[in-house]
Amino acid sequence: MAGTTTGAPTNVTQKYNQGGIGESTLRPDGTLKVTGEFAYSSDMWHEDMLWGQTLRSTVAHAEIVSIDTSEALKMDGVYAVLTADDMPAAKNYGMEFQDTPILAYGKVRHHGEPVALVAADHPETARRAAAKIVIEYRELPLITDEASATAPDAILVHENRDDHHAPFVPHPNIVHHQPIQRGNAEEAAKKADFIVKGEYTFGMQDQAFLGPESGLAVPAEDGGIDLYVATQWLHSDLKQIAPCLGLPEEKVRMTMSGVGGAFGGREDISMQIQASVLALRTGKPVKMVYNRTESFFGHVHRHPAKLYYEHGATKDGKLTHMKCKIVLDGGAYASSTASVVGNASSLSVGPYVIDNVDILAIGLYSNNPPCGAMRGFGAVQACFAYEAQMDKLAAKLGMDPVEFRQLNAMEEGTIMPTGQPVESPAPVAELLRRVKSRPLPPERQWESSEGADVRALPGGLSNTTHGEGVVRGIGYAVGIKNVGFSEGFDDYSTAKISMQVINGEAVAVVHTAMAEVGQGGVTIHAQIARTELGVQQVTIHPADTQVGSAGSTSAGRQTYMTGGAIKNSCELVREQVFEIGRRKFGSYHPAWATEELNLEGGKVVTNAGEVLASIVDVLEDEVVSVEEEWRHQPTEAFDRVTGQGRGHVQYAFAAHRAVVEVDTELGLVKVIELACAQDVGKALNPLSVVGQIQGGTTQGLGVAVMEEIIVDPKTAKVRNPSFTDYLLPTILDTPTIPVDYIEMADPKAPYGVRGIGEAPTLSSTPAVLAAIRNATGLELNKTPVRPEHITGT
Amino acid sequence: MDFLRPASWEEALAAKAEHPTAVPIAGGTDVMVEINFDHRRPEYLLDLNRITELNEWHVGEEKVALGPSVPYTKIMENLRTELPGLALASHTVASPQIRNRGGVGGNLGCASPAGDSHPALLSSGADVEVESQARGSRLIPIDEFYKGVKRNALEQDELIKAIHIPKADGPQQFSKVGTRNAMVIAVCAFGLALHPSTRTVRTGIGSAAPTPVRAKAAEEFLNAALEEGGFWDSGKIITPSIAKQFATLASGACNPIDDVRGTANYRRHAVGVMARRNLMWTWESYRGEGRTLEGAA
Repeated sequence: MAGTTTGAPTNVTQKYNQGGIGESTLRPDGTLKVTGEFAYSSDMWHEDMLWGQTLRSTVAHAEIVSIDTSEALKMDGVYAVLTADDMPAAKNYGMEFQDTPILAYGKVRHHGEPVALVAADHPETARRAAAKIVIEYRELPLITDEASATAPDAILVHENRDDHHAPFVPHPNIVHHQPIQRGNAEEAAKKADFIVKGEYTFGMQDQAFLGPESGLAVPAEDGGIDLYVATQWLHSDLKQIAPCLGLPEEKVRMTMSGVGGAFGGREDISMQIQASVLALRTGKPVKMVYNRTESFFGHVHRHPAKLYYEHGATKDGKLTHMKCKIVLDGGAYASSTASVVGNASSLSVGPYVIDNVDILAIGLYSNNPPCGAMRGFGAVQACFAYEAQMDKLAAKLGMDPVEFRQLNAMEEGTIMPTGQPVESPAPVAELLRRVKSRPLPPERQWESSEGADVRALPGGLSNTTHGEGVVRGIGYAVGIKNVGFSEGFDDYSTAKISMQVINGEAVAVVHTAMAEVGQGGVTIHAQIARTELGVQQVTIHPADTQVGSAGSTSAGRQTYMTGGAIKNSCELVREQVFEIGRRKFGSYHPAWATEELNLEGGKVVTNAGEVLASIVDVLEDEVVSVEEEWRHQPTEAFDRVTGQGRGHVQYAFAAHRAVVEVDTELGLVKVIELACAQDVGKALNPLSVVGQIQGGTTQGLGVAVMEEIIVDPKTAKVRNPSFTDYLLPTILDTPTIPVDYIEMADPKAPYGVRGIGEAPTLSSTPAVLAAIRNATGLELNKTPVRPEHITGT
Repeated sequence: MDFLRPASWEEALAAKAEHPTAVPIAGGTDVMVEINFDHRRPEYLLDLNRITELNEWHVGEEKVALGPSVPYTKIMENLRTELPGLALASHTVASPQIRNRGGVGGNLGCASPAGDSHPALLSSGADVEVESQARGSRLIPIDEFYKGVKRNALEQDELIKAIHIPKADGPQQFSKVGTRNAMVIAVCAFGLALHPSTRTVRTGIGSAAPTPVRAKAAEEFLNAALEEGGFWDSGKIITPSIAKQFATLASGACNPIDDVRGTANYRRHAVGVMARRNLMWTWESYRGEGRTLEGAA
């Protein structure tokens, strides 16, 4: 059997300092968040501030014939009503493509696109004024899927594209396409004893973070602006905002405010430019807070996808080949669609060894809501499909689905379809073994001495069954996710570390622009500083643009990248401390002249443990400070024709076993256990690791059984922009999630860490689907599964 | 929008007479959602929270007089024995916070077919007491209360004073289908009450027609079948064919739509399944030793 590794942890050399890495230190913001005292970006207030309000399109695709703002401007309390004509400089922004208008001009391309802005002295006045703006539209034909996007006479969502992918795409309504060719799938198919084909549909998921888009823009005396926002990446925002305001970057000073969740949905700009242009125009601070409905239009979603797969295997269970086509709908604006395409394509094989592949992933422009980054980023959709295929093949072969996967599992040294070797542990078979070997929850677990506990049954408190029609199902899945930014992107983080003596104690200050979106970076950063600098007191400086970029809080990269930058800067600070020590005390002890010094427990000590001096005595009133950029190993772009290239930095692996009870008559599902095994490289904070895995697992469960933004195919309008009809799992929908993490270090990563937040989101969804299929015998090729699909109504 | 705050029932009636478009608000769990979604901007809100008697209930000989503002939590905690169907339905209303605020009056005032309390009120045969300053009070039988999608039988100057619900004389059940295991708006719902004292069965269907409805043909069929088979006296097990026919007729009472929450076909199907299960559960209780009122929960 392939991959018989036992999952024994890799030893990582580590100094011990209290509150350092490896301990489950508690979040500094935890109590405030639980007690409701934490200040989120929507809680900010400024004297004399105005409230900003957007007006958004009521149609998905139309020419703007006219906009009449006169009635809105007449209202008392209204300070400004702006349209695209009033924008001070660049009219478009965008992360990868500058294709997104601040306010629509010429035409609107999706339902809910911003068309006008109002600033007023009260939010209700702003809302009423926006309602008085009259816009005349002339509707245009809709592009809603691959067929309508690539039809010979298809209307172009964007004319005159000038982005870097434009010269290479087969049709202007295709944002990017990425083929991968390796081996010869056509020939290999002839050797297959069994071939399975499948067509899969993945629904549009929303990040559904609880803190809506919000922030405060304050005009400054120097003509610049101070902007307080909740975002995933300050410097990426800054690069997009400054040209739209016609200001140099140094005059746009950004400070992170309290972020109420992100999951990818804050990687793009939302209200940042809107509030800033209103503030510059009125000369007053402007606050904006989207309400829940607007939030559904205020950020990009997960790409819905159609996936067409063919796999073959020999009768002894070895995969022969895979062919697939993955169509991701990027909606009206590109956002990160091109990168999502690269991910979907390069990870479409999953964590398996398949030498002969023929892969194509494409991302569409359409008039559907724009889609971009969300936890799992292109790998989620592919995993849903290839894991369904694995089950189908195993069934054809008459093999156990876990054994079949283990037989074909990748391991260290496996060559990816892109030609890139896997250069660190890949314990795929072991993760599967671990989830499979867990004991199962007892049969008829809802029964107690007092009768049926409806909370443990499908339907829950809605009291739909007391056991009637209920069938148990068990399903497995495993996935592979890249960590960090891929395809040649210059991905770096910056950390500024200072150390000085305050009130007789050595204190370290960690200053980065890292976005704390709930992932726990602020906890980890202090742990790293304690470990590296041997101090107890670590202050986390607020994140802002007065320090270099920390990159995005996404792609599972922050602990690896900004953690790596902090570690690196701490090492440089440590060297400076030793230098000062040598200057002051070098003559007292020969060990000062050696390289064998450490900082531990507030002291300079030798490797043998001998104390040379306290940090306080070394530093006295000197301040040591280092700001440095830190990079992971470089990657390269995938070849546009063959898809070959060392495109990825690192991989993360997780496996799930789902146990479900399905009411087969009503089509209702209760997931009762969703066990996860994951290789985390090194758990810097075990409690946070488990939290991330449980959170990712639950988000994957959500899209398996309930979460979907429903877009009317006839109008391209969103039908459920509210938490009334966009359902998220409640605690009663969330099963027990036993987590079994193993630590097999990536030798290239700081401390051996792996990004952990995304991988569990991949395999959770297909595991739940597999369990429902197991219970019902149905094919179920679409997620989320709805009662209609199970009952055939 | 003006906010009217009458201190007494008389003042409330006067305010409603003066401002017939005023929308009464108590818990706000229906009205505030409509306002938040900008579905309606009433000229006046008529706050009933200062009128304490609307928040009270009285258990009489045969009926419970339930104040329209009595929150669902209180119904669950205090009226399980008298009103088991309504108590079960109350359990399924939204979240604990909402159940602490919302009451049956809001469901009736809004008259959305998705209101969770309707099937229990229909199956127990409640009367809604309404009053106006000009004409005094009157009783509206629940069967005549629902007039159309979000329309009820109240005149513009009337307010809901109390809901008079017969105390359970036999087992009652309630089921609701949603695509989440808690805190969910009904895709469809079903309530059933056995009335051994009159040897009848009453039903209520939610969210599967423009208004909450009874499955009358199913009730008539079942009443006849139970009578003819001597089931009330013998307490024997209901045959699968009777249960199946009852379920089919319950499905037939639906007149549902396709929407984001579910398809019309699914709603018909699910109402049938719930009807059959509710019948089996209540009948099990009826024939069981304890003859508990709630069914085999």
